[in-house]
Amino acid sequence: MTTTAPAREAAAPPPPARPSVGRRIGARLLLWWRRLTAMRTAIVLLFLLALAAVPGSLLPQRSLSQANVRGYFADHPDLAPVLDRLYLFDVFSSPWFAAVYLLLFISLIGCVLPRAVEHVRALRSAPPPAPRNLLRLPDSGAVPTALPADAALDVVEEELRVRRYRVVRRDGAHGPEVSAEKGYLKETGNLLFHLSLIALLLGLAGGKLWGYEGSILVTEGDGFCNSFQQYDTYSAGPLIDSGDLSPVCVDLEGFQAEYEPDLTASSFTADIRYGGPGEEGRTATIGVNSPLRSEGDRLYLTGHGFSPTFSVTLPDGEQFTDVTVPFLPSDPTTMASEGALKLPDVGGGSDQQLALEGFFAPTGLVQGGVLTSIDPRPLDPKVAVVAYQGYLGLDSGLPQSVYSLDASQIERGRLTEAGAANLSLGDSMTLEDGTVITFDGFKEFAALQYSHDPGQIWVLVSAISLLTGLLGLLLLRRERVFARPGPAPDGGGTVLTLASLTRGSSESAPRFAALTDDLRAALAARTASQPEVSPRDS
Amino acid sequence: MTPDQSLLDLSDTFFSISVALYSVALVAFCAQLAFGRRPAARQLVTAGGGAAPDAPADTAEDLAAPRRAQRWGAVAMALTAIGALTHAGVLVCRAFALDRLPWGNMYEFGTAVVLVAVVAYLVLAVRSPALRHIGVFVLAPVVLGMVGIGLFLYVEGGPLVAALRSAWLAIHVTAAIIGFGIFLVSGIASVLYLVRSKDEQKPAEERGTGFVSRLPESSVLDRLAHRTAVFGFPIWTFAVIAGAIWAESAWGRFWGWDPKETWSFIAWVVYAAYLHARTTAGWRGRPAAWVNVVGLIIMVFNLTFVNLVSSGLHSYAGVE
Ligand code: HEM
Repeated sequence: MTTTAPAREAAAPPPPARPSVGRRIGARLLLWWRRLTAMRTAIVLLFLLALAAVPGSLLPQRSLSQANVRGYFADHPDLAPVLDRLYLFDVFSSPWFAAVYLLLFISLIGCVLPRAVEHVRALRSAPPPAPRNLLRLPDSGAVPTALPADAALDVVEEELRVRRYRVVRRDGAHGPEVSAEKGYLKETGNLLFHLSLIALLLGLAGGKLWGYEGSILVTEGDGFCNSFQQYDTYSAGPLIDSGDLSPVCVDLEGFQAEYEPDLTASSFTADIRYGGPGEEGRTATIGVNSPLRSEGDRLYLTGHGFSPTFSVTLPDGEQFTDVTVPFLPSDPTTMASEGALKLPDVGGGSDQQLALEGFFAPTGLVQGGVLTSIDPRPLDPKVAVVAYQGYLGLDSGLPQSVYSLDASQIERGRLTEAGAANLSLGDSMTLEDGTVITFDGFKEFAALQYSHDPGQIWVLVSAISLLTGLLGLLLLRRERVFARPGPAPDGGGTVLTLASLTRGSSESAPRFAALTDDLRAALAARTASQPEVSPRDS
Repeated sequence: MTPDQSLLDLSDTFFSISVALYSVALVAFCAQLAFGRRPAARQLVTAGGGAAPDAPADTAEDLAAPRRAQRWGAVAMALTAIGALTHAGVLVCRAFALDRLPWGNMYEFGTAVVLVAVVAYLVLAVRSPALRHIGVFVLAPVVLGMVGIGLFLYVEGGPLVAALRSAWLAIHVTAAIIGFGIFLVSGIASVLYLVRSKDEQKPAEERGTGFVSRLPESSVLDRLAHRTAVFGFPIWTFAVIAGAIWAESAWGRFWGWDPKETWSFIAWVVYAAYLHARTTAGWRGRPAAWVNVVGLIIMVFNLTFVNLVSSGLHSYAGVE
């Protein structure tokens, strides 16, 4: 359908001799354009789009989990850099993925805009004249009637108008005729659907360009302000800079987790206080499925965990109290968590630093010296800690995870184990040099995410109009009906030739039969009510 | 709340009964095919072999056979309908026992999808009797699917995790189940279309005489596939949109190319390609039908592989 060339092509005169270079390039471009905007190309591009998305789901993606990508690099040191050069860990922001969808959308625009223009024209003009030979159409038939031609067409016109057709009567080259059409909304739906796809893409792009997102772990009693420096991780669109971030600070006042009897988590909620810097702020409770939304920004509770609290007393009597660090849950069903505590400032020099690596169990069970967690609720918290002393390597220039120690420092012997113990609440352990470490308690932390996506509302509106258009496109039918009277072969009355053209339904025959029957009945009724009409009129 | 164990047991019993009923219905559908009208091709061959084409015995048998086939067909439809009722019972009992919607894990989701497919088939077959002949090909995958679901996806009924406690579970997952179930029927119709149209391309005397000849005409199957896909596509579109709206409040972004999202998108694009292919010269007929089959394969892949193997946010699967 879209492969048929627009009318202006026919206007090009045949080339007199050798066409100029410019014209040849123009012709070549026109040809490409026409190929690109053909339906066949659209199908191929749709397939390419589907295919291009596949590696994005089979390989780890940076946008989903940096850690998984790092793991993949570790497991496949030879393959991973090659894949990386092909953007296979960033499929959905890769140039080739963009190329496919941009081509598809150019094709879409090239295909839909001319159709939209044509549709607007069709909406304002009358249904087209009837084809010459109506009986050639797949749904067609003849209905004899005693009425004269004009009266018969009157009946057809009335009946079609009742059925909400747009009807015109013409005196065409082949005599008087009726053309009728209905279902214009189907094409409107088609255009709405395809144009909404474009709007949706623009909304997505806008959100990516002007949006940002930051994540942070906040322990009860602490808070953060909306700035890139404070977030543990963040991502921001290229058109946003740190000055554009809304000035909001958030404090986590409390966190609650609730569980069903079988220990399925039933709800997590965080009580927060938020407002401009230095303001008193307002309180709110956020939870799973219920973020805080204010002025285009959203704050989510995306996870939670425990931060054990320790105090450290050095042999010289110096005390560090209330040392708290989040441990990351390694098993969400029991909330067994792992983490590390690094105290670079404890000892005298850089080779006397202290570090703890630990395992936290909200409800701990020690069996054979091994601590496991048996319940996600903090009923009997315990930690298993291994203390190290030596050089942490924090200033080596290489980034370190805050949740674990640098294993290479331990391997190289620069950090050596100085003691290990399973501690219950209030227990202490004493290292060889006399340092005392006490497990004082725990706090809960919440993983919070602050997001800003100005395109989101546009995407939603586009999606709704897309669905509306789709329903119109798929559920409505576009039908044209033609009727032309002719003299009956035996000289008495008229034979009406009827035909219809349907788009959007595979079962047009039964409906045409029903329409024919209705018309026949209406004609008969009119004949009965007008017995005085003489056959001569035809 | 604590689940009502006796209701949960009843649900499991219903599951077994449904599988049994469907299996018996499958046998009845086979019998219907077996006793179905002899194909014209066979008679031609007989005529060529010299035997009298309408020997009295033959005629009597030919008349008796369709009637017997019809009886088997009616039995099969009735069994399928009763099976659908007990099948619905599986979900209803779970719902009451757990006081929640019965689609919180893959076992429940899969069971519901198959139920939608069976009900969609029943509705279609009641409306156009020609489709009763394809009962075998609907019920065979249904029985296989149910056995697979029962064996590999079964989980004890339990409460929902916090993330699933949202009105969007009802909206998004219900739409996904209905869309999937309808695509299932559509895909089966396209597979049968491919088989049947291949046979129709052959010269009359080489055509298959077995089950192929008893399938509805390829144009009927093609139309069935298209009509169901047209019905399923907006529902699937809605499911994806509703999922995005839910993800926005649950995960902090409306779209993040999580594996499940990605494969839902891929399926959506493939079904859009199928609808285009149906109206594009050069793609109509068999190529388009293949696209529809690929769509169904992706849907099944998305339910099984992506849930069980990929680690995404959608890991509600909860298969122990
Ligand atoms: C993002 C990609 C696209 C999607 C998801 C999409 C989806 C659809 C759907 C679902 C239909 C309804 C088919 C039916 O009537 O059964 C349709 C129809 C149509 N599409 Fe697209 N489309 C896309 C791109 C395109 C492109 C690039 C073109 C132009 C080359 C195009 C041209 C058409 C036309 C002309 C129809 C009307 C078919 C008819 O009236 O029978 N579409 N599209």
